[in-house]
Amino acid sequence: MSVISIENLVKTFGGVRALDGLDLRVEQGEVHGFLGPNGSGKSTTIRILLGLLRRDSGQVRILDGDPWRDAVALHRRLAYVPGDVNLWPNLSGGEAIDLFGALRGGLDQGRRDELLRRFDLDPTKKCRTYSKGNRQKVAIVAAFASDVELYVLDEPTSGLDPLMEAVFQEEVRNLTGAGASVLLSSHVLAEVEALCDRVSIIREGRVVESGSLSELRHLARTTVTVETARPVTGLAELPGVHEVRPVDGRVRLEVEPEHLDRLLGHLVRFEVRALTSAPPTLEELFLRHYGDSADNGRSALAGGAR
Amino acid sequence: MSSFTGTVRLARLALRRDRIRLAIWVGGTSLIGYALAESVAGLYPDEQTRLGYAETAVTSVVARAFNGPIAGTDLGAVVVTETYLTLALLAALLSTFAVVRHTRQNEETGRAELLGAAAIGRYALLTAALVVVVGANVLAAALLAVAFAGAGLPIAGSVAAAAAIGGVGVAFTGVAAVTAQLSVTSRGANALAAAAVGVAFLLRAAGDVLGEREIDGVRLESAWPTWLSPLGWGTQVGAFAAERWWVLALPVALLVVGVAVAYSLAERRDVGAGLLAARRGPARAASGLLSPTGLSWRLQRGALAGWAVAVAVLGLSMGVAGHEVDAMIAENPAAAEAIAQLGGGSELVDAYLAAMLGLFALTIGAYVVQALLRIRADESDGILEPLLATAVSRTRWLGTQVLGAVFGASALMLLAGVTTGLGYGLATGDPVAWTVELGWAGLLRLPALLVVAGVVTALFGAVPRWSVALSWTALIAFLLLGQLGAVLDLPQAALNLSPYSHVPSVPAVDVTVLPLVALTAVAAALLATGLLTFRRRDTPT
Repeated sequence: MSVISIENLVKTFGGVRALDGLDLRVEQGEVHGFLGPNGSGKSTTIRILLGLLRRDSGQVRILDGDPWRDAVALHRRLAYVPGDVNLWPNLSGGEAIDLFGALRGGLDQGRRDELLRRFDLDPTKKCRTYSKGNRQKVAIVAAFASDVELYVLDEPTSGLDPLMEAVFQEEVRNLTGAGASVLLSSHVLAEVEALCDRVSIIREGRVVESGSLSELRHLARTTVTVETARPVTGLAELPGVHEVRPVDGRVRLEVEPEHLDRLLGHLVRFEVRALTSAPPTLEELFLRHYGDSADNGRSALAGGAR
Repeated sequence: MSSFTGTVRLARLALRRDRIRLAIWVGGTSLIGYALAESVAGLYPDEQTRLGYAETAVTSVVARAFNGPIAGTDLGAVVVTETYLTLALLAALLSTFAVVRHTRQNEETGRAELLGAAAIGRYALLTAALVVVVGANVLAAALLAVAFAGAGLPIAGSVAAAAAIGGVGVAFTGVAAVTAQLSVTSRGANALAAAAVGVAFLLRAAGDVLGEREIDGVRLESAWPTWLSPLGWGTQVGAFAAERWWVLALPVALLVVGVAVAYSLAERRDVGAGLLAARRGPARAASGLLSPTGLSWRLQRGALAGWAVAVAVLGLSMGVAGHEVDAMIAENPAAAEAIAQLGGGSELVDAYLAAMLGLFALTIGAYVVQALLRIRADESDGILEPLLATAVSRTRWLGTQVLGAVFGASALMLLAGVTTGLGYGLATGDPVAWTVELGWAGLLRLPALLVVAGVVTALFGAVPRWSVALSWTALIAFLLLGQLGAVLDLPQAALNLSPYSHVPSVPAVDVTVLPLVALTAVAAALLATGLLTFRRRDTPT
């Protein structure tokens, strides 16, 4: 069963088409990664899912309801963490957490205290004195201490330090362990790789790739570096082999996953001494789709990423 | 590199940031001064009326408390007595806000850190703020002196009066320089300095109430508390009579002391830190907070309490002063006519009391606008989105805010009527009857405030991005139509645009039900428009 299903969603702001026929499906019990550069429409999609923005056209179902019409009933069953948390300056962090919990329909006090301890957050400080990371923690604790079916997280870890990032990942696993579903919009690719069962990559208001990480990897080429006793010949004639380059007496090439077996059969004839094979990282998958829109930036980004 | 490196650059930055504010401050002060001088000259044209005024000024406790001592019976002295409180409070508060804006606010937002990492001396930020604010006060005082002189007052007196008011601004520049070092937040720094203004007002009022009338005539010898108050010093300059120029050294001395204290505090603390620790709050929310109503009450109660204190003090004073109305204006037909125009009816005292309640209704309109626009601020700050992502419907959320504002307005209006009635009743006898009558009269003004709430709500729903500017514009338009419309001879059709023109001017005239019902209906239609449009729209920042 899908907890979120979006078909052909369109939203325009003035003349700008922010969402241009977006499709997205999040299944029960999964952590779904939602990836895309700034301004690609991630937050707009999430705001429509929360009933904060009206859609222009398309089908949107969330927890089997209409996000705009059934907003209040649906909001009892989901929790939201925005990417940029603003709070009432004169309330304490603890008060803000309790307030969000109560407005959502209740809070597990035991979970709340445990989360405060795990995230090392002082609930007696006034919200105006919190740093960005601590405001983020307030929203995370308020959301995670609510017992709901779906968690909508819009870049929730921006501003958290690596230690807290690890705590966050553990807590997300706890949520899905208890049967909840998570939509996680993120820039932190390591976080997505660690947590997500499936990912959707969005670009210019459309989802350009969607599937499990292994499915996505399957679509991309594997990089193989090989060192042989005798010079390798005949690589160019093999199917699915690209970008053959000699590097320091070794050969580096890219191969489509389904032709890997054939390539290995070819290589052993030249006495293989060393061989590494690297599947594409999420970063490379991401940059492949990112890249076209900014051709010049592409090589710089890819180079910097390695 | 000295501790002052970069001061000139930062001062230019402050001027650039505040070019519009400063222009309004400097230009506005002289315009207000000119307008008030002209209108006072119209009300007290000859020695006879001015003697009457001075007699009241020195005998009436209320006049002493609010206006302070009168220096003599020259026209200029009357102008100073009538304008001093307004202009001095403006100078004090504008100076305070400007100093805090360019010191503590920079630290709070992290801008000071960026600046401090550049080639900027430790004292440069504070010094630049002081240079700009003292400069603005000097310039404003110079223009004010020209304005007074332009209204036909003697030159020496004009300069003394303007310098007295500029001195108040300079004195509170020194106070704000210190409070900006004490509190971590600009709100806190502003609140501390505003509290200092309040204390200064009370000290001066106490000193002048306790003062002794001099045997030779209308002059008042203020008691010692006046001399402790920067607001009191300005009244002791004695402009347009026997000017005491040396008194002007007092605010300068306070500035020097304040700046010295501020420098030594700045030397001892880290950037961004204060000397007063930020207060902590409860780790858990009280159950009363955990609903839209509870949150709305929590966010509004501080402002409401402040308004209540101000309304109660003003109401009591206006009520007590009502006792003196007959005496005060018996010999002054111009003033009597002005009051009759505002209040209506034929009984002068009733007209006066009705006019006061009308002024309260207009002022409390500002409370309604401010309370309701908070929801727009929450929307553009991004606080509203996570709230609407909880199980609270838009209708319930906005409805709660409107109810809260209407509740606050009702309480304040009732308080205004009750305190005015109590003050007048205590002064004339029969406090119970007057309290009940004016409390009721206050509540009868509510439909006009409902319309104000409706206008703001409808604007928030229909045109959120414009709602702040348009809401204040509407309230100011109501104010101008209500208070100046009759004076300016505007056509009745224009006056009818203001809801305040339709509420019956009780107790000066009898209650009429139809306009109250019609206003309530208009308010209901506007509120419905706001709720419906808010339900159907996006939530723009």
